Amino acid sequence: MRDAPAPAVPSLPRGGTDWADRAVTAAVWSVALLFTGVFLWIVGDLVRHGLPHLSWGFLTDAPMDAGRAGGIAPILVSTFLIVGVCLAVSLPLGVGTAVFLAEFSRGESLPARLVRGSLDVLAGVPSIVFGLFGNALFSLYLGMGFSILSGGLTLACMVLPILIRSTEEGLRAVPDDYRKAAAALGLSRTATLWRILLPAATPGLVVGLVLGIGRALSETAALLFTSGYVARMPGSLLDSGRSLTVHIYDLAMNVPGGEANAYATAVVLVTLLLVINMLTFQIADRWLHRRITRT
Amino acid sequence: MSQPRGDASLIWAVRGLAVASGGIVLLIVAFLALEAIPALREVGLRRFFTDASWHPADGADRGAFNLVPMVAGTLTVATGAVLIATPLGIASALFCRFYAPGALGRAYRRLVELLAGIPSVVYGFWGLVVLTPLIRQWQPPGQSLLAGILILTVMILPTVALLSESSLRSIPAAYLRGATALGLSRWATIRGVALPAARSGIFTAVILATGRAVGETMAVLMVMGNIVQVPGSVFDPVRTLTANIALEMGYAMEVHRSALFVTGLMLMAIVVVLVAANARLGREGRRA
Amino acid sequence: MSRRHSPTRGAHPGTDRPAGCEDRQPVMEVQDLSVRYGNAPALRDVTLTIPRGCITAVVGPSGCGKSTFLTCLNRLSDLVPDCRVTGSVRFEDRDILNGDTDLVALRRRVGMIFQKPNPFPLSIRKNLTFPLRHHGSPSGKALEEKVEQILCQVGLWDEVKDRLDAPALELSGGQQQRLCLARALVLEPRVLLLDEPCSALDPITGGVVEDLILSLRGQYTVVVVTHNLAQARRIADEVAVFWVRHGVGTLIEDGPVGQIFDAPRSERTAEYVRGIRG
Repeated sequence: MRDAPAPAVPSLPRGGTDWADRAVTAAVWSVALLFTGVFLWIVGDLVRHGLPHLSWGFLTDAPMDAGRAGGIAPILVSTFLIVGVCLAVSLPLGVGTAVFLAEFSRGESLPARLVRGSLDVLAGVPSIVFGLFGNALFSLYLGMGFSILSGGLTLACMVLPILIRSTEEGLRAVPDDYRKAAAALGLSRTATLWRILLPAATPGLVVGLVLGIGRALSETAALLFTSGYVARMPGSLLDSGRSLTVHIYDLAMNVPGGEANAYATAVVLVTLLLVINMLTFQIADRWLHRRITRT
Repeated sequence: MSQPRGDASLIWAVRGLAVASGGIVLLIVAFLALEAIPALREVGLRRFFTDASWHPADGADRGAFNLVPMVAGTLTVATGAVLIATPLGIASALFCRFYAPGALGRAYRRLVELLAGIPSVVYGFWGLVVLTPLIRQWQPPGQSLLAGILILTVMILPTVALLSESSLRSIPAAYLRGATALGLSRWATIRGVALPAARSGIFTAVILATGRAVGETMAVLMVMGNIVQVPGSVFDPVRTLTANIALEMGYAMEVHRSALFVTGLMLMAIVVVLVAANARLGREGRRA
Repeated sequence: MSRRHSPTRGAHPGTDRPAGCEDRQPVMEVQDLSVRYGNAPALRDVTLTIPRGCITAVVGPSGCGKSTFLTCLNRLSDLVPDCRVTGSVRFEDRDILNGDTDLVALRRRVGMIFQKPNPFPLSIRKNLTFPLRHHGSPSGKALEEKVEQILCQVGLWDEVKDRLDAPALELSGGQQQRLCLARALVLEPRVLLLDEPCSALDPITGGVVEDLILSLRGQYTVVVVTHNLAQARRIADEVAVFWVRHGVGTLIEDGPVGQIFDAPRSERTAEYVRGIRG
């Protein structure tokens, strides 16, 4: 979702004697309070139970006793490797597709409509279905087995729509003046793209990238049957590797007494996501600011 | 249109990448179908709804493949969550847009965005260790349809709230000014002008949230108890289609495994229907 | 006093440009040019000769196809979906409307400046060196000299010489427009197309740009679209008057500036230049 600059909205008249107006006002405020309460409840619970178990050692040690003790070092490594594979594949694919959609096709042309439609469907595919697909294609058919590679490739398919949408929006936000100027100077479209359009669209690309990383870090169901459960330090991309999310799931459901470390892992994961989230806001805000000051 | 020389390779490259991206969905359908064929051939689609129970591990002849309890589980939990999350999400969007003073509205919006970013496995974990014990104290066993509905509600609420809000935000300010100029109260303006103007965006929000609720796996898997039964009350444990896949893929063989891919195809079909409905609504929204 | 390079005529060795436009040698010959956007005709049957070294002003009320006409002269019309151009435009012994025209070469020879200044979001220097490099021009010291020379020519050197690596978008509107002119001139085009180059600027900076255009006379062939009749009268050698007839733009009269303003042949032109219509 792009943060469009909010148009100056006239503030609607407040209060009033109308009873319906008052009832709705009360209801809307209670929903907001309820929602804030749930947020604080969840986050407070995570922090209260998770923080005491967090230490430097937790991040650098291997898990012991099925994860009840020890740390999550190999799990962090596997998670980063999975996300790395995912980005290495989805980035070129996504940027190329976004360039096609924004620069080399007309909105209503059949190929563009087909690609867009199929990406819409892709964006809605449940993660467990990605898991089935990844298991069938990467793990079995292509013989990668339960591996970081299988998991990363499965996630690449999953984050692709996010990446494409954001990059495409970034490209569309680049003023047409630049394209006209470049064409009038006889610059090739390749040079225009690399030197002018993509640099100008970088914020959109980065937002997409960061959202994609967030989605990849949060994913569990698609990884259960692609990258697997193995909690050892991976030796190569063809080793199975357990992600943070799968670790939380496993500790919570299959390991009696694993709760404390599940909490701690959840805090690590949510903190990572929070940092990424902040980064997105920063970039989006700066982008918005720049676009406003320029026009 | 003739292109300057030297661009041909770029154009072919981006076309190739676009075809690859667009083809992934076909690849997914193809592989699901390929894996589902043995079950469809040996069991047939009908038996998925008429068999006595779900005991797929014994093979096509002696096993039973009734998916009705899982379909019922998915439908009830998704319907319940969407029914609760829709009004709450719209109210939340209204708060952000019209009721909260500027800075509070922005802070609240950010909070909702943070909620949207929490992974489903964390929601599931929280539901498992906090929510289900609370429900157990009231009505055992705690892991239940109700727990699933509540967790899913919290999870899809941000989707409804954020999309509705951005739809409310895109209403031309002139509409609202016009209504205010007529001396309408805040709620009358919202009901009469803002909500109708944002209608198609809100429908989109609800459709996307429905898709998310149907497809959610981890959270429902962790809080709903996963008993294969058609729920008699909201306190009964149930199993959804997605949870069923997650639970059994690890050991499923042959026809059993293939049957799980049939459920994958079913989920895929639901997604396609929802996306098509959304696209149709979008077209009508533009025409209106 | 600031050091100012006065624009020198015939600064580019190897090209034999006349000192003025007295000989009226044709550079571009437009024959029966018509443009349609989809099914809507925008311009019909324009026949016009652009003389070498002169400033040709294209004037007329808004919506009469002036800008459309201009974009046909460097095939920028290709960027508009569903835009169909018929007729012929002869330039350097070829019809540039032919499908096999080398657009890169054409646009290098026929530069264009737009109404709204549109420097790239790069540094001032890169705005000039990027197009130059792309067309395989010198590097190193020669490139630096070229940058300085061209910035002097548009009178921008003294204003920006200390901040060549600053973003071009930080310049004022008038400076941006002069940078765009420099960016076009640095490729040494034969023809310059200017689409209302002063109308987005305030009167004073607009005047600076106008003087600059005047200084190009003789060295370059200039086609300038303007809705400002006084400006056309000040700078043009030749004037082409466009008009809307039955919703379609067309050329109603063209000739030397004196004829158009003092002794127009067409009644409409007379009314237009006297400010009665249009």
